[in-house]
Amino acid sequence: MTLDQIKPGNGGTITAVRGEGALRRRLLDMGLTPKTKVFVKKTAPMGDPIELALRGYMLSIRKDDAANIEIEVTADDTSATGISG
Amino acid sequence: MTQALLALAGNQNSGKTTLFNVLTGSNQHVGNFPGVTVEKKVGQIKALKEAALVDLPGIYSLSPYTNEEIVTRDFILKEHPQLIINIVDATNIERNLYLTLQLMELQVPMIIALNMMDEVIQSGNSIDTERLSKELGIEIIPISAAHKQGINELIRAIKKMLKQPQAIPKPDFCTGEVHRALHAIAHIIEDHAKQNEYPLRFAATKLVEGDQVMQEALQLHEDDIHIIEEIVRSMEHALSTDREAALADMRYSYIEAICNDSVCRLQETYSQQRSEKIDRWLTHKYLGIPIFIGIMLTIFYITFSVVGGVLQEWLEIGIEAFSEQFSLLLSNMHVSTWLHELLINGVCSGVGSVLSFLPIIVILFFFLSLLEDSGYMARVAFVMDRSLRKIGLSGRSFVPMLIGFGCSVPAIMATRTLSSERDRKMTILLTPFMSCSAKLPIYGMITAAFFPSHTAIILVSVYLLGILVAIISGFLLKKTVFQGECVPFVMELPAYRIPAAKSVILHMWDKAKDFLHRAFTVIFAASILIWFLQSFDWQLHYLNDSSQSILASIGSMLAQILAPLGFNDWRAATALISGITAKESVVSTLSVLTQGNDAMLTQALPQIFTPLSAYSFLAFTVLYMPCIAAFAATKRELCSWREALLTAAYQTTAAYIVALLIYQIGSLFL
Repeated sequence: MTLDQIKPGNGGTITAVRGEGALRRRLLDMGLTPKTKVFVKKTAPMGDPIELALRGYMLSIRKDDAANIEIEVTADDTSATGISG
Repeated sequence: MTQALLALAGNQNSGKTTLFNVLTGSNQHVGNFPGVTVEKKVGQIKALKEAALVDLPGIYSLSPYTNEEIVTRDFILKEHPQLIINIVDATNIERNLYLTLQLMELQVPMIIALNMMDEVIQSGNSIDTERLSKELGIEIIPISAAHKQGINELIRAIKKMLKQPQAIPKPDFCTGEVHRALHAIAHIIEDHAKQNEYPLRFAATKLVEGDQVMQEALQLHEDDIHIIEEIVRSMEHALSTDREAALADMRYSYIEAICNDSVCRLQETYSQQRSEKIDRWLTHKYLGIPIFIGIMLTIFYITFSVVGGVLQEWLEIGIEAFSEQFSLLLSNMHVSTWLHELLINGVCSGVGSVLSFLPIIVILFFFLSLLEDSGYMARVAFVMDRSLRKIGLSGRSFVPMLIGFGCSVPAIMATRTLSSERDRKMTILLTPFMSCSAKLPIYGMITAAFFPSHTAIILVSVYLLGILVAIISGFLLKKTVFQGECVPFVMELPAYRIPAAKSVILHMWDKAKDFLHRAFTVIFAASILIWFLQSFDWQLHYLNDSSQSILASIGSMLAQILAPLGFNDWRAATALISGITAKESVVSTLSVLTQGNDAMLTQALPQIFTPLSAYSFLAFTVLYMPCIAAFAATKRELCSWREALLTAAYQTTAAYIVALLIYQIGSLFL
């Protein structure tokens, strides 16, 4: 499943970051690397972009771009807040 | 003694500007990096007179994709600063250290200023700075830039480093396949790196990452490029991932490992917890947008009606009184009429009318700094992003465009905070389509004369027309001039913080200085030019009656070009030209040229316009190039006369086409 499909309030672990060029590099640079836990905080009022919590900070990306990020949801991810730990 | 050059580098929102202001005080000046519109601030460190500090743009990485990142690496590689001060946000240490690792590859002596340590400790978390320092091999000074803690220690460390520079250890985060690839590539490019003065390790890493800019800079042979590609391919194959992911992953893994040992993070810091609470309202699903509109309306109300309006009036009165006294003085000195006129009607009234914008600009930038420094601007971008995406912009452009409804000058100046050059250029071009408040007298004049019973509809239609043209232009530009990949919208939502008074005041001062500088250069020159054209004929005779002037004859020529738009009249054309000095002078010029006062203007206008051509004239005034003050701001922000002139040409062409369509299509029906 991809990150754009995760409902606000849930999270998972990144397994792959697809795409290419500047966007992909930017996502990687911002810490969206494989094995990273990421948590979807909320959706913007107009339904896009989304707010993520990862590595102890908040990041906003568009849903189209989030669709490049493969996520694996495991049982303990659903309770993770992403911000601590 | 020659001055030492220091560079301040760090992530956005890491408190970099606050630290810069603390270290340099008001002792700084702002410019642009050569060739690009990336802001470059240079200051003298207060306690260290022999050192100049350059505030590099806030960046997250040293990738070759954004101007800010390229500027940073070029600056460090080409200007050879003696020392990098790397500011790291302790509350967000993992992502901040990602840049640190890349800076280390540049092999320039470095100190880490670990900012917001007070917040980490207050929240019951901790960072073992000694241990972390040992792991990285770089001195770490815990500071709090906002509370001026640790600054003396930082300055002492800087002094020590300048006296006895410590070499940077080679970061040892690379293992296995990547290490092998780096080693092999380093071997191939060693001579090229030395010749072109690049640190070997940095150059090799960039080549592994597939960095085109570096590949060209090193002037490698075809064969070498081929071999390097092979090495990287086999690395990718062995790791079963690609080059960029491999390195990012490795850096972050290394950071995680060292942070595990030295960072104890039990909970979110207080400001992070507070931010979450504030965001429950400010980015709320239903309340987010209304709250944003409310905030902007309040800012507009205070800026244009309450404080700014009053100050502007006072300033106008002051300028008028000054020019009266000055005029009296000139009369007493018996200077010739033309010089008198030049100084009073050219210089004083030209520069004066522009100067009266100053209070509005200062107050608007006071609020803008608050929005930016508090962290709310990122939320605006988050909330409004979707509305601008279709025309190829991001939510970041929303605020400058909105300010455009007040005044294009601060709106264009506000685009400085946009992180992408493409977005900035496009926003600068589209913002003047937002009808500014100085155009209101024109709408008032036309509606009073032609549409007295439909004022509201006409006004709304004119504003909508501007927005519509901006949207269409956005689509057009996205498909043509600004083609290509737009800079991705991947934006940090920083924790809300109380803005530092010093930063806000310095920001206001910067913008005021910038504006004053332009008022006395570009705008000054333009005022004199327009005055000259208005006061002399082609034989350079000084005139009392401007209907014989050069401007009027240019107006007559222009009138023929404007004829298809419905206003084949030299007075209308002349008014449009003088509207370039300031939009409200369209009204005063028309009133002078129809030899009447404002009251008689209403009666005189039907000699020039029909209702249809009056509306076409309105459409033209909304869209054509902005006033000289806004044009000067455009030139300043674009850093190029050519691009500024092209922008003005585009806007004027758009105005021509729209007015033409309105008049010609309208003529079929009316």
